[in-house]
Amino acid sequence: MTYAASFYLAAPEVMLSVAALILLLVSAWMPKASRAVTIVAAAVLFGATAWTAHLLFDPAYAMGGEAFGGLYSADGFGSFAKIVIYLATIACLVVTPRFFDARGAYRPEYPVLMLFAAVGMGMMVSAVDLVTLYVGLELSSLASYVLAAFLRNDARSNEAGLKYFILGALASGIILYGMSLVYGFSGTTSYSGISIAFADGFSTGALFGVVFVLAGLAFKIAAVPFHMWTPDVYEGAPTPVTAFFASAPKVAAVVMLTRIALDAFGAQTDAWRQIVIFAALASIVVGALGAIGQQNLKRLLAYSSINNVGFILIGLAAATPQGASSVLVYLAIYAAMTIGSFAALLMLRDSSGEQIETFAGISGLSTTKPALAWCLLILMFSLAGIPPLFGFWGKFVVFQAAVEADLIALAAIGIAASVIGAFYYLKFVKVMFFDEPLSTAPEGEAVIADSPTGHWVVLGLSALLMSPLGYLATPWLEGVADRAASVLFTVV
Amino acid sequence: MEFPILSTMLIVPLAAGIACLFLPAATARLTALVATLVNLALGIALWLNYDIGGAQWQFTERADLFAVFDYALGIDGIALMLIMLSVFLMPICILASWDGIQKRVGEYMAAFLIMETLMIGVFAAQDMFLFYIFFEAGLIPMYLIIGVWGGDNRIYASYKFFLYTLLGSVVMLIAMMWMVNQAGTSDIPTLMQYDFTPGAQTWLWLAFFASFAVKMPMWPVHTWLPDAHVQAPTAGSVILAGVLLKLGGYGFIRFSLPMFPEASAQFLWLVFGLSMVAVIYTSLVALVQHDMKKLIAYSSVAHMAIVTAGLFAFNVQGIEGAMMIMLGHGLVSGALFLCVGVIYDRLHTREIGRYGGLAINMPRYAFFFLLFTMASIGLPGTSNFVGEFLALAGVYEVSTWATLILTTGIILGAAYMLYLYRRVVFGIQKNADAAAMPDLSLREWAMLGPIAAAVLWMGVYPESFLAPMRADIAVLEVRLARAAPARDSALAVGEPREHAANYVAGDHAEGSAAAEGSH
Repeated sequence: MTYAASFYLAAPEVMLSVAALILLLVSAWMPKASRAVTIVAAAVLFGATAWTAHLLFDPAYAMGGEAFGGLYSADGFGSFAKIVIYLATIACLVVTPRFFDARGAYRPEYPVLMLFAAVGMGMMVSAVDLVTLYVGLELSSLASYVLAAFLRNDARSNEAGLKYFILGALASGIILYGMSLVYGFSGTTSYSGISIAFADGFSTGALFGVVFVLAGLAFKIAAVPFHMWTPDVYEGAPTPVTAFFASAPKVAAVVMLTRIALDAFGAQTDAWRQIVIFAALASIVVGALGAIGQQNLKRLLAYSSINNVGFILIGLAAATPQGASSVLVYLAIYAAMTIGSFAALLMLRDSSGEQIETFAGISGLSTTKPALAWCLLILMFSLAGIPPLFGFWGKFVVFQAAVEADLIALAAIGIAASVIGAFYYLKFVKVMFFDEPLSTAPEGEAVIADSPTGHWVVLGLSALLMSPLGYLATPWLEGVADRAASVLFTVV
Repeated sequence: MEFPILSTMLIVPLAAGIACLFLPAATARLTALVATLVNLALGIALWLNYDIGGAQWQFTERADLFAVFDYALGIDGIALMLIMLSVFLMPICILASWDGIQKRVGEYMAAFLIMETLMIGVFAAQDMFLFYIFFEAGLIPMYLIIGVWGGDNRIYASYKFFLYTLLGSVVMLIAMMWMVNQAGTSDIPTLMQYDFTPGAQTWLWLAFFASFAVKMPMWPVHTWLPDAHVQAPTAGSVILAGVLLKLGGYGFIRFSLPMFPEASAQFLWLVFGLSMVAVIYTSLVALVQHDMKKLIAYSSVAHMAIVTAGLFAFNVQGIEGAMMIMLGHGLVSGALFLCVGVIYDRLHTREIGRYGGLAINMPRYAFFFLLFTMASIGLPGTSNFVGEFLALAGVYEVSTWATLILTTGIILGAAYMLYLYRRVVFGIQKNADAAAMPDLSLREWAMLGPIAAAVLWMGVYPESFLAPMRADIAVLEVRLARAAPARDSALAVGEPREHAANYVAGDHAEGSAAAEGSH
């Protein structure tokens, strides 16, 4: 394996890292160039997406290629996730500037941090070695902590950053401790080596390691019972940052978890399946119940993301190629829905430039801003998983994988609990469509300010994808995801 | 390739519905009316071209558009009749909302037109998952119709409607996935011939029952219905009672009975028991209502109970009768809701006590109301008589006791309907504003007239409606024959007697000798 080949496979990360470092220098000397830096960052991300797509669809790399002596694998599974992550990051960059501009707080460091986070997430999903995994995880996490506290003068933002840092560091510590145990009992840090070492079952000590690794990763994906930080951080962080947290890092963490569970620990599915099943059902129920009483929309979407993680974990619990494929499909749909919802949330601001963050603010939105309200209606019914909207498809594939893996009780309980979640998504629709608009604004003045085209493009694209038209993409999506997932189950 | 008439029937209202979102009120009304009339014309063409006694599945279309399931359409006689009911009621619904709906007309019409697409889709789907998507998707427009244009307590009613029916349906999805995984196909006609093991059937039947019993609705999961009916706008009630309640019955006919015959026989007691309770209980509840819509809503539950009992009679009469009640009830209860809507539009109250003596100032209205009241009771010559007679005759073969109790429902039905009619139409004119109401307008004639004609047609010559369904119901009966329950009223074949009927016990020769001797 030559270095040239390794760099060829890892080109997206290399490209992003180099760009991020150059842009960092640019931002140090040209603090006014934030707009240009953002555009360049988005363009580089787009280039990385294109390169990853090339790796994904090139038959020569169908089974992936290992780079850097088996530390990194550019296979279909990682590539699929990377495309979702990069596109989500681009979408977040598009909807970000106006929010910070209104507070005079936008600086070129923001897109640079996003780039570093993207590099880290790319490493996470491509890691086939515990060390690479940890490096990628920390790179993306450290960038995220800074992003959460990006509004330096805002107490809530600082609080969110601090909370995220402490709890994230704790989770990283737990993961690291688990890894050291796994390494100690298996004698290797590579996934394939671990898989071979534990082919005959886990010893008690190794099992502790596995549990610690899974618990730490549950922190990162905000699965119950390690979800407590999510609502606070999501509420406190600036809204564009929350949009980012809820989409790309979540995709990266779930894919990383899936890979480590099915690849490194794949020989001992029964050992970790019960943990995943518990986390899945608990996340669905707690996410749904916790959201019911919320008045703050960001908090509500935080609970919604906990709820969605539960459904994704059902696909993981199946531990089959269909299950892994369903995880990828769900993640892609989830990322699009989440970014769309947050884009809509960012568009909700009154004429004085204040963001609207509560239910009271969006009452009667369907009469004041019908297009926005209809897009949100599509997204909310989609999040609730009501056919014919595309969000249903994500739940469909996940539950189908569970049924095919003979986990019928899990599927039945999970889907029944999804009805609880439907309640608060319906509340969105109820407030927007059934309630009368608040009459606080003076006559003739729009309560909700107009939004720039970029926001509309992001919202429109995600609403279009979530509309029934999305189903026409299912044969293609299914094919790509199945091929991507098959990588995990191929014995090299 | 044939003209894809079913797809066209799906696309016409969908396209018109999307257009309505962007149109001003007057144009939206007209667009909706034209689209629904076009669909009615297509429906008539469908009926005329339906080959009675031909292939079981006609007008089939298939396209491999999606990943796991197919876009597969096709109808048999049962689906044909229910599609006809939907396309027939739809223009009437649009007319009923012509003046009554003044706010957000475009969105209202869009919701109704999309609803029509979804209802036709449910009846025409030949793929299990396609069916599920259409079945569930109907919740969204109905939720909006109740919530945006409903009465005072509309938000509670819309939530209740949505969550109740959703909870019922989701478990069915898991059952469907299991079946598809087991049988290796999601094609409904194939699955209707597939034999699941009796043990699995029990669970699958219960999962489907959870969904269809809520949709039907059966006692005790009927409580969403009175709320939804009362709060929905008039046309919403018509669609709910006329078509949406038929989805449950259609589900039993299409899925529960042919796919799980053994389980259906096993749970006969449950269905009959719930039906018997429903008939008595909801009829008594209907008797004490002060709200006209609520009264009719409860009467729907009672009528649907006879449908479920008829369906599970496992014989041709019962199932044909159940289908006829579904069609008849779709028309009659729809018409009754329209009758309520007519006076609600004038006085804006559904309180029975506010009206009285309408026969004096609204004689034509009183005539139509009487006709539909009588049809609801099941007077011979109207649609419901045919259905109820057949269904009860079918049930009688299985259980005489159930028949006895279900028949009381008809007597109670006469009680509450006539009592309603007496209070609203007869008697003295209690309120000046009620007495000043004008009689039917031309638009209202156009709504009620066609339904009245259809009700009488169905009552006088039901053969037109039974003929397309006959072969399909016969196929269903053959499929069910192996699990058919014992008949408690069947003639028992006794031991054959040795002698003739006038044989007197004892020694024949001796007896006759004695008789002769006495001369």
